[in-house]
Amino acid sequence: MSEETGDGSTFGDVLVEMHGLRIEGRSDDIWHEIVHGIDVVLHRGEVLGLIGESGAGKSTIGLAAMGFARDGCRISGGSIMFDGVDLAKASEESLRQLRGSRIAYVAQSAAAAFNPAHKLIDQYCEAPVQHGIMPRAEAESDAIDLYGRLQLPDPESIGFRYPHQVSGGQLQRAMTAMAMACRPDLIVFDEPTTALDVTTQIEVLSAIRGIVRQFNTAAIYITHDLAVVSQMADRIMVLRHGNLIEEGETRGMLEDPQKDYTRDLLAVRTFRKELAEEPDANVPLLRAENIYAAYGKSPVLFDVSMDIHRKRTVAVVGESGSGKSTMARVITGLLVPSQGQVYYDGQPLPRDHRKRSKDEKRRLQMIYQMPDTAINPRQRVNSIIGRPLEFYLGMRGADRDARVRELLEMIELDPAEFFDRFPDELSGGQKQRVCIARALAAEPELIICDEVTSALDQLVAEEILKLLQGLQDELGLAYMFITHDIATVRAVADEIVVMLRGEVVEQGPKEQVLTPPHHEYTELLLSSVPEMDPDWLDNLLDQRSS
Amino acid sequence: MPLATSTFGGKASPWVSRIAMAAVHFFILVLFLQNVAADTWSAIIGLLFAHLYSVVALTYWNRIDRSAAGDTVIVTVTLEFVLIAIIFWDRASAWPWSTLFGLGVVQVCAFFAVRYWKDLRQAPKSAWFGLIVVLIYIMIAAMAPVIAPFSETEIVGSEYDAWTNEHLLGTDNLGRDMFTRLIYGGRNTVGVAFITTVLAFLIGGLGGLLAAAMRGWVDQVLSRFMEILMAIPSFIFALLILTIVGTSVPSLIMVIAVLDATRVFRLARAVAMNVVVLEFVEAASLRGEGLWWIIRAEILPNVLPPLVAEFGLRFCFVFLFLSGLSFLGLGIQPPTADWGSMVRDNATLITYGDITPLLPAAAIAILTIGVNFVVDWFLHKASGLKE
Repeated sequence: MSEETGDGSTFGDVLVEMHGLRIEGRSDDIWHEIVHGIDVVLHRGEVLGLIGESGAGKSTIGLAAMGFARDGCRISGGSIMFDGVDLAKASEESLRQLRGSRIAYVAQSAAAAFNPAHKLIDQYCEAPVQHGIMPRAEAESDAIDLYGRLQLPDPESIGFRYPHQVSGGQLQRAMTAMAMACRPDLIVFDEPTTALDVTTQIEVLSAIRGIVRQFNTAAIYITHDLAVVSQMADRIMVLRHGNLIEEGETRGMLEDPQKDYTRDLLAVRTFRKELAEEPDANVPLLRAENIYAAYGKSPVLFDVSMDIHRKRTVAVVGESGSGKSTMARVITGLLVPSQGQVYYDGQPLPRDHRKRSKDEKRRLQMIYQMPDTAINPRQRVNSIIGRPLEFYLGMRGADRDARVRELLEMIELDPAEFFDRFPDELSGGQKQRVCIARALAAEPELIICDEVTSALDQLVAEEILKLLQGLQDELGLAYMFITHDIATVRAVADEIVVMLRGEVVEQGPKEQVLTPPHHEYTELLLSSVPEMDPDWLDNLLDQRSS
Repeated sequence: MPLATSTFGGKASPWVSRIAMAAVHFFILVLFLQNVAADTWSAIIGLLFAHLYSVVALTYWNRIDRSAAGDTVIVTVTLEFVLIAIIFWDRASAWPWSTLFGLGVVQVCAFFAVRYWKDLRQAPKSAWFGLIVVLIYIMIAAMAPVIAPFSETEIVGSEYDAWTNEHLLGTDNLGRDMFTRLIYGGRNTVGVAFITTVLAFLIGGLGGLLAAAMRGWVDQVLSRFMEILMAIPSFIFALLILTIVGTSVPSLIMVIAVLDATRVFRLARAVAMNVVVLEFVEAASLRGEGLWWIIRAEILPNVLPPLVAEFGLRFCFVFLFLSGLSFLGLGIQPPTADWGSMVRDNATLITYGDITPLLPAAAIAILTIGVNFVVDWFLHKASGLKE
């Protein structure tokens, strides 16, 4: 944090001033107001954090700062003054002049925001050349300079790669560089680190913060993670359902939140499960022994073994590429291991899922990371949940419907309301609940949860974790919980398996793994989890560099 | 009368109301058939009554029981059709099968109109235009003998007669009535094109989905086979095969269907590939679902919009292909009327500044536009775009 954040007055003059901003969205041919008259003031060089759960309107407001409304939305009232120009009334042409040159945008998914058919540097140069700010050659050398400042490896050559040839964290930094290309007055960051795992998130956060300070750029930082925003922002606005809940200077808000909702956000991740009793000495429900596996010729797993006992939760932790999802694919039989064997209840399971019996499949269910793609968008909720009932248990007609309603109640969705809905008409959290119900419908003994909460925002994720915990207590399920989020592990695990590059680096009961001394990598993972302390990132970076 | 039956209606017992309504309608129908016989005037009065009846039923029943209102529309449309048939009893009774077929078409259309009325009401004008055009073509095709003033092959005048009251659009190169030939041509060409397109979609669509779902060698074999077929210029290939097997209608349908199936296959496979990699398909195969379920329940509903759009386009291409073959003399064979060969037969008239030979071409163009308007609308709805 720079010294001047102590009082807001040391920032430059006012850059953006939104007054009474109202935005409407269209659904079922009716306009609904989704942002209800919000005032936002942003000074030059200031970083403003917008925080709230999904549907709070934070992205909508962020985009409105560029005078833009998404398809199916419109700005229906209020003014958006950007450096003396009212963007709400400005013509499309004058907006086009501003966007990209004086206002820039960094999207959540860099992978989706880059055009996969062009090299990074070509996409970088587009804006400055188009806006006539600098010629191509100058833009290229400028890009290399920025890549260096953002600590990208090989700044000289990385620009000449295609988007799919660099990692997610690098791509996110390349996009930040692109947004910086015209030295804009304002950058809107829309959840730039949400899709990254903790160790990568640190790099991106420190790179973004460094560059914003260097050029004294004003920024709007949108996220649902209060811990992240407290590292980045000078001032925070808490939003909910399109209303402003609380606004305040970062330190002050963290120390003394005024509203209950803000306190809820701060209190998130305090959920802990009660420790389950020690596993009975019997055979484990699932035992994987010395698994080696490969995709084609590149090996992914090396000698991985783990046991999962009945009624226990085993959390598998690691960054992306550590092989934890691959392990799940081996257990479900989607990927045939090159060596090793999976035993279920003491009996060897066929390696290929196509050779497993219906009953073997029924007892082992899976819940996926992205609820959007895990359920068929063209099927109604009752057919999604009802299918396993028909398929495994042979239920038909009224029996089936009654059981579907029962399951909907179990996952805390009102059967009367949700029975006939399509997935499009559900929120992310509700979709994930439907996925859980689909897994439960098969009456399984073990459920593999592959990053089930990482696509959801914190409050919703916590509710899902509580739901899963409740179901475990009630039905005696065992979970294999794959995640990159240590907070989730702390909340739900009985046992922990830490994986790195396809190998298990540490494994054991939760208390043992989470109490020092740690394995070096476990230590790195644990320390990378953002904390609600504005100085956390600085301290951590100091610590690591020394 | 609607008041009487409405007491049985209401949401609680739609079936009681339906049966009661059906009984009432049947009664009215019998009454008319007995009294009007071939008397045109009382039939026209009956027609007016049917309209009044439908208006009352719609305004009144809409508030109580939607299904009853829907039934009323279907029955009313049926009634009107029967009454029109009575007015033109000579023609209708001469071709009873055509009349019945037309009745079936009207009822099916009314059924769908009622079922999707909510969507129809929001449909843009272009979609309405398209629907009406398509409907008119279907009706003409279904009831060609009833509508057409002469017979398809009958020589009724001298060659190339001008447009008169007796021969609305003149006569063709052999002295057959042009208007009649145009109507019959619609039936033959549209019918053959429709069956061909459906067949092409069955072969190509199923093949494409199968290739995408099974991948591996099935995909390889199917794809390579389709590529071999596509490597040969399709028109020349069709000419070749038709010269060998002869130009009967079934062989025509088969040849064009197989050739067009290659294009459908490519599209279906490409779109399905994007769906197959999604997790819900993986979830289904982990559940142990069979191939048929995965294709039918998981993949097909998600690839339907682009396939339907392709259906509209493909139908038009088949149509043009067929007309092209006819123009060359290898399509539907004379004396059966066909729009393509009608252009060729009367082509000489163009040199005298007569637009008659262009009419079959215009008929093709209008249908093509109509079909595409409908398909556009469907695609727009299915993709969930707003505005």
